Amino acid sequence: MGRRVAIVGVGQTYHKSHRPDVTSREMIREAVTAALADAELTIRDIDAIVIGNMDHFESINYVDTYSVEGSGGVMKPIMKVSTGGTTGATVAIAAYYHVASGLFDRVLAIGFEKNSESDTTGAIITCSDAIWDRFSYSGAIPSLATEATAYMEKYGATQEDAAIIGERDRNNALNNPFAHLRRPLTVADIMASPMLAYPIKLGDICPRSDGACACVLAADGVAQKIARKPAWFKAAAVRHTYTWFGDSTDYNKGLVSMQRASKDAYQQAGITKPAEEIDVAELYLPYTWAGLKWIEDIGFCGPGEGVRFVRDGNTHMGGKIPVNPSGGVISTNCIGATAMLRVAEAAIQVMGRGGKRQVPDVKNALATGFGGCFWSDVVILSTERP
Amino acid sequence: MDNAAIVGVAQTKYERRKKDQILADLVFDVTRAALDDAGLAIGDIDSVVTVSNDFFDGRTISGMAVGDAAGGEDKNISTVSGDGAFGAFYGLMRVLSGYKATIVVAHYKGSEGSVPITTNGMFDPIFHRHLGIDAISAAALQADAYMARFGIREEDVAQVSVKNHGNAKNNPYAQLPMDITVADVMKSRKIAEPLKLLDCCPISDGAAAIIIANEEIAARTKKKPVWVKGVAHCCEEYFLGDRRLSDPVALQDAARRAYAMAGITDPMAEIDVAEVLEPFSYMEPLWLEGLGFCKPGEGAHLIEKGITTMGGRLPVNPSGGALSANPILVAGLARLIEATLQVRGEAGDRQVKNAATALAHGFNGPCGQSHCVWIMGGKK
Amino acid sequence: MAHQVESERLVSVFAYPMPYEWSIGLYGSKFFQEIKQNRRFVGIRCNGCGKVYVPPRRVCGPCFQELAELVALSDTGVITAFSVVNYPFIDPNTGARRPIPYTYGYIKLDGADNIFSHIINETDLSKIKVGMKVRAIFKDTAEMQGNIQDIKYFDIVA
Repeated sequence: MGRRVAIVGVGQTYHKSHRPDVTSREMIREAVTAALADAELTIRDIDAIVIGNMDHFESINYVDTYSVEGSGGVMKPIMKVSTGGTTGATVAIAAYYHVASGLFDRVLAIGFEKNSESDTTGAIITCSDAIWDRFSYSGAIPSLATEATAYMEKYGATQEDAAIIGERDRNNALNNPFAHLRRPLTVADIMASPMLAYPIKLGDICPRSDGACACVLAADGVAQKIARKPAWFKAAAVRHTYTWFGDSTDYNKGLVSMQRASKDAYQQAGITKPAEEIDVAELYLPYTWAGLKWIEDIGFCGPGEGVRFVRDGNTHMGGKIPVNPSGGVISTNCIGATAMLRVAEAAIQVMGRGGKRQVPDVKNALATGFGGCFWSDVVILSTERP
Repeated sequence: MDNAAIVGVAQTKYERRKKDQILADLVFDVTRAALDDAGLAIGDIDSVVTVSNDFFDGRTISGMAVGDAAGGEDKNISTVSGDGAFGAFYGLMRVLSGYKATIVVAHYKGSEGSVPITTNGMFDPIFHRHLGIDAISAAALQADAYMARFGIREEDVAQVSVKNHGNAKNNPYAQLPMDITVADVMKSRKIAEPLKLLDCCPISDGAAAIIIANEEIAARTKKKPVWVKGVAHCCEEYFLGDRRLSDPVALQDAARRAYAMAGITDPMAEIDVAEVLEPFSYMEPLWLEGLGFCKPGEGAHLIEKGITTMGGRLPVNPSGGALSANPILVAGLARLIEATLQVRGEAGDRQVKNAATALAHGFNGPCGQSHCVWIMGGKK
Repeated sequence: MAHQVESERLVSVFAYPMPYEWSIGLYGSKFFQEIKQNRRFVGIRCNGCGKVYVPPRRVCGPCFQELAELVALSDTGVITAFSVVNYPFIDPNTGARRPIPYTYGYIKLDGADNIFSHIINETDLSKIKVGMKVRAIFKDTAEMQGNIQDIKYFDIVA
C-alpha cells in the first residue's frame, strides 16, 4: 500500500472574468506563492510538480514546460495531467500518487485557466468528436439542458427548485474573498435571467473566470511537521466512464460516473452513511440542476429526493451537510482550476482555515470534479489520519 | 521503492500515415496486444493511464477519444499530456501507491495535424510564436550552439543517422530502415541549417502500450518481468535564450537521481544498452553527454570509436531510435519498450548480448527542456 | 525606472487556422457510404451485451470486446432530448459565429441502443417535444462528401 498523504497548504488567485494584467505563468505564480506561504514552505522544499489545464483555452502546447517560471518548476520534476473539466481534481489526485508512491515527499499541484484568452464555447466544442459531433455540438450547456429536462420530467422538479441552488451558492460566495461573482442572486433573479437553452437560464450556469489554484501535498511524517491540522486523503476515486457522447445520455440511470466514483471513494474511506459522516462538500456543480440531481448520485439522499433534501436546508450553511461554502462553480469557474478549487476548499474546511465560510467542527470533507463525457472524480479529506 | 516491473509491452508498426485507422483503433490494438504479451486479462488491470496531447490530436480532452479502447471502463483512468516516458512514470507511481497493474498507452498521428503549427504552439505566444519558430528550427539553433561550442562537424553527427537507420533494419516496427552513408546525409536537402533531411526524424503515426505491475502480478505473467531500478525526471528553463542549449542540465539532474535510485555509479560500465529520444541526429551525442556516458563535447566521439554501435560497449538505439520513427509522445514509450525487450532477450536481430541493465529516455518541450530517465533491469 | 510601473495592458492576438485531417476508420467510413448508397444508417452490434451502437466503432467499452456485426438501421428515430441554442459562439469548424437559434438534438435511431446527436429542423419550442419521431433529411447524393453534413438535419414527422 502507498503512504498516507495530506494537503498541508493551499493557495488561489482572486478570480475575475478577465486578468489582462498577467500572463498565465504570472497568474500561476500568484497561486503557487500563496500555497507555499500557506504551508510556510519555499519553492526549494518542493520535490515535484503536477500541473494541468485545457490546452485550447489559451492555445499553449506543453503548459508544463511553458509555465516553469510561474510554477517554480525550473530544475524540478514536472508533469502535466489534463482531463477536461475534471483536470483540477485529476491533477490533485496525480500529486497524491506522487507522494503515496514514496518517491516524493512534498509535491505541488497546480490547476489554472485563463478563459478570457479564447472563445470558451468554441474551445469546448473542440472536445467533441471531430467526425461525429463537432458539427452540431454547441458546448456544455445543451448536454446539461437535456439532463435537466429529463430530471424535471422524471421527478417533477421545477426551474424554481433548481434556482435555489444558484441562490445558495451565490450567497455563500459573499463569504469567500476569492470568489469571482460576489453579488447575491435570488431565485427571482435567476427566473428572470435570459434563457440560454431551455431550461437553463443565465443565472443557472457557471461564469467563465481567469484564475489559478495550487495545493501542497506532503507525506506522512512530513505533513505533521508542516501543518498543525493536515487534511489527510482518505479517498481518491476516478471514473471517466464514457468515450462517446451518445453513450452517456441515458439519464434514467443518473450520473453513472458519480455513482461509481463515490462508491469507490466511500469504500476507500470506510464511509457507509455519507450524509451522516461527511461534514461538508465542495461539489463541482456547473449548473443549478446538478445541485439537485448529483447529490442523489453521490448518495447524500435517495433518487428523486434531491429537491426535498435541498428545500429542507440540509445543504445550506448551518445544515446537515453544507454544500459549496466557497460559492462553488456557479460563482467561480476557471476551468482547469475549478476542480482543484473544490479539493482546496475541502482542505481549507478540514484545516479550519475557512474564515467566514468555515463550517464548524469539520472532520470529513468531500470534493468532486466533473467534466469530459459526464466524468466524475471524488476526493475525501479528513482531520483523521487514515 | 517497492518492486515494480514492466510485464507487458506492445507497439504498432510506425508508419508515415495510418489512414485506415482512427486513434481508438490504434489504442485498442496495442492495449490488447500488451495484455496478450503479459498473459493478463483486462480484469487484471485496475488502473489506466493514457498519453495524448490536445494540440496533436486536434481535440480538447484528447484522452476522451481512447478511454474505451484502453480498457478504462469503470477503472481509475487519467491522462498524461506529454511524452510516454512521463506517462509511464505516472503509471509506476499508481502501482507503488497500491494499484496492482496499470496499463499505459500512448497514441499519436503526425499525419493528421500540421507539425510546424502544433509545435509552434510550444513557444511563447507573446514573444516567439509569431516568428514562426517550431520544433525543427529550435532544434537547428540548439544543434548550431552545440556544434559551434565543441567544434563538432556535421559529418560527426551524420554518423548517428547512418547508425540508427541501419539499426532500424533489424526492427520490424521501425518506419525508416535505411542503408545510408555519411555522404548521403551530407548531401540530403537542407531543412534548417545545420540540419539536413537525414538529420531529422520523419513524421510518424503509431501507438504503444506497456503494463506496469506489482510483484504479485509480476509473479504470474507470461514473460520475464523487467524491473524498474530507477527513474527520475527534471525540467529546465523555458525561454531558449535563458538556457545554455549545449548544456542539458535537466537531463543531467534526472540521470543523477535515476542512477542514485538504481545504485549506478559508473553508467558506462554498468549500463548495457541505451535507448535515447533523438528526433535529430545531434541530440544523441548531446543526450549521451547529459546522461554522463562521457564528458561534455565528447558525445560525438563515442560513435566514432564504435562504442555506441551494435557490438560496441554501449549500443545506443538498437531500435533505430526516433530518427527511424518519431510518433511524438509514443516515442518515449517506444524507447522504454525497446529497453524492456532488450533485457528480456527478445529483441531479435537487434539483440544486445547479455543486456541486463538498460536505459530509456524521453523528453518534453523544445530542445529537450524536460527529461525523464528510466533504468530497467532483469533482477529485482 | 520608478518603483511603480504603469502601462496600458496589451494583448497578443493569435488567430491563425490549425488544420487537421482526421481518419474516419473502417466502420465510420461504412456509415457514410451506407448513407450515400442506401440513404439509411448502419450501427454495430456487440455480441457480449447485445447493444447496437451508432455510429459504429470497433470496441464496446463495457465489454472490452471487438465489434464486427454491422446492423442496418432505417433513417428514422425518436427525440430523447433537445435544446434550442440561443447563445452566440465562435464555431471552431468555420472560425465564424454559428447562426443561432438552432436545435441540437439527441436522437435514438430506430434499432440502436445509444444516442446519435445532430440538428433538428425546428426551433419553435411549442412544436418540439421529447418522444417525437424524426426522419433524417440527407443531401442530394451528388452533393455528399462522406461526412456528417451529408445528413442535413432531422425533420419532425410525428
